[in-house]
Amino acid sequence: MAGSAGEQTISGYIQHHLTNAAVGEGFWTFHVDTLAWSVILGLVFILSFRAVAKKASAGVPGKWQACVELIVEFVDDTVKSTYHGKSALIAPLALTIFVWVLLMNLMDLIPVDFLPILASLIAGESMDVIAAGQSHTYMKVVPTTDVNMTFALSLGVFALMIFYSIKIKGVGGFLKELYAHPFNTPWLYWFNFILETVSLVAKPLSLSLRLFGNLYAGELIFILIAGTLGVWQLPIHFLWAAFHLLIIPLQAFIFMMLTIVYLSLASEEH
Amino acid sequence: MNINATLFGELLAFIFFVWFCMKFVWPPIMGAIEERQKKIADGLAASERGEKDLELAQAKATDQLKEAKTQAAGIIEQAKKRGSQIVDEETQRAHQERENIIAQGHAEIEAERNRAKEDLRKQVAALAVAGAEKILERQIDAAAQSDIVAKLVAEL
Repeated sequence: MAGSAGEQTISGYIQHHLTNAAVGEGFWTFHVDTLAWSVILGLVFILSFRAVAKKASAGVPGKWQACVELIVEFVDDTVKSTYHGKSALIAPLALTIFVWVLLMNLMDLIPVDFLPILASLIAGESMDVIAAGQSHTYMKVVPTTDVNMTFALSLGVFALMIFYSIKIKGVGGFLKELYAHPFNTPWLYWFNFILETVSLVAKPLSLSLRLFGNLYAGELIFILIAGTLGVWQLPIHFLWAAFHLLIIPLQAFIFMMLTIVYLSLASEEH
Repeated sequence: MNINATLFGELLAFIFFVWFCMKFVWPPIMGAIEERQKKIADGLAASERGEKDLELAQAKATDQLKEAKTQAAGIIEQAKKRGSQIVDEETQRAHQERENIIAQGHAEIEAERNRAKEDLRKQVAALAVAGAEKILERQIDAAAQSDIVAKLVAEL
């Protein structure tokens, strides 16, 4: 957070960047920055797509409509090639996840100090205080680097997995999948149950930690470059941003793809 | 990595965004895309149909042209035949007329000649009678001798 007065240490700088703006105590803490940025970006997604949906016509599409349709068709194709049941939920869910996560990941490309310094200035702290590392205003702008964000997404997906499993296979079918698989002999049911429960729980856990880990690491490297390299950070930032630009849409796509795959596994009889 | 109540907030936001997308974003956009796909498919089918129609019309036109040509050739052939027929008929008629005129001329000439012959004969008879009268003077009674004269005339 802060080093000795008038001088900012690297660890303080990094620590400052990795601290959320929080309200509340203990478990009932709310990360205001994560919530605000994710909701703002979600609204950007919802409203910009809603603008197209309202005016959508079968005639010649405008440029923005063509762009939105491109994304929608891409998601629709992906869903159709993976999920073979009929569901009005899966495709919009996949679209929301893809665009929302993509927008949140893209926040990573905004230079790491811009928004935190802006927040500090708005909070009334002088530039001297900020430069000295004495700022007590925290602002973490990439919501997907907050494990609460990614866990919320994967828990939503997990709930849907269980819902679809029970809806399509019944409670019995769902439970049977847990204990009668992969070894369909009664004296190994306990073993199956442990195995399948672990693999079931591992799905949302790996889903959220993969996204969190990738984005957290990417953000951390940006902060490290910004905090240690002085003026040399500019070309290095560019190089890392170019590389990270691959990771940003890739992680959004992987999250969407795995969601579809998990839900399609949940909807199929084995 | 500290899990806290932010999770619930994000979960609510997630549910809201997915619900909103499912209700108000996905269906109109997908509807428009599918409608356009149908429109394009219809348009393609229509153009294909038009092409086929054009092909058919062209084939029909070609057929009609061929038929018209055959008909025209037939009419020309017929006209030619009729022409030559008319020429033949006219020639024949003219020929006939010529024959008639010639025959008539011959008949007229014959009649004229006969008449002239008759006149000549009569004149010769009168001349002979006159001559004989001159020679015989009153010896011969003209009335009495008229039968002889008639016989002479007939002999001419």
